[in-house]
Amino acid sequence: MSPRGRSRLAATRRAQAPVFAALGDATRLSLVAKLCRGRPSSISQLTKGSRLTRQAITKHLRVLESAGIVRSLRAGRENLFEFDPKAIDEVRDYLDLVSAEWDRALARLKSFVED
Amino acid sequence: MNDRIEKRIELKASVSRVWRALTDHREFGQWFRVKLEGPFVPGQVSRGQMTYPGYEHLKWEAMVEKMEPERLFSFAWHPYAVDPKIDYSKEPATLVEFRLEATPDGTRLTLTESGFDKIPTARRPEAFRMNDGGWTEQLKNIESHVAERP
Repeated sequence: MSPRGRSRLAATRRAQAPVFAALGDATRLSLVAKLCRGRPSSISQLTKGSRLTRQAITKHLRVLESAGIVRSLRAGRENLFEFDPKAIDEVRDYLDLVSAEWDRALARLKSFVED
Repeated sequence: MNDRIEKRIELKASVSRVWRALTDHREFGQWFRVKLEGPFVPGQVSRGQMTYPGYEHLKWEAMVEKMEPERLFSFAWHPYAVDPKIDYSKEPATLVEFRLEATPDGTRLTLTESGFDKIPTARRPEAFRMNDGGWTEQLKNIESHVAERP
């Protein structure tokens, strides 16, 4: 592993763990799926069709918001939520970095066993 | 989004040679760049210290899972858990697997690292636990939605 790669990994790792945790819930995942399909939605719109209460949906939205997956906007008296793709993109970047480090480690293994 | 990393390389060395390079802790340490305290033993934690210049203060820790001679070597770890201020034990561990196959020219080595999508079981609702494919499917959906956004 290269020193630069390692420090970048350390930094991105800090950011990605809450994203995985926030997404690891069926309700939150379905909220994300709804939000990334459409326009910013209100809590009432997101509660519609769900068996959960408005309070429960709000709680899930706050978890997603603190992980940076959704953000809330103020529209008049209402709070709207919209999908923010950045956090998920960062998770994907993190996987790319881990993948690149394996390429380097396997190249070292290759020269180690073939020499 | 992929929840796993998979690599395949062809090595011009016998399966037994590659197996030794992977599972002899001194040989592993040479190419991986870590000084391990002792041999790998399934079910036991392997500890050591990184030897990469400038990064010798970093610890290595992995739980050895399987050692099926000349076929499969696997361990679970917290990849790149390098910040001493973070308690990584609360985060999902990933599983690293090395699979070996003999080929006419030597050995085909397949490396997978999986479990990036994993979270502590207690936090997974029952419905999700019963549908393991759902998570990956959902993430694929999210990815295509992300890609479709301008």
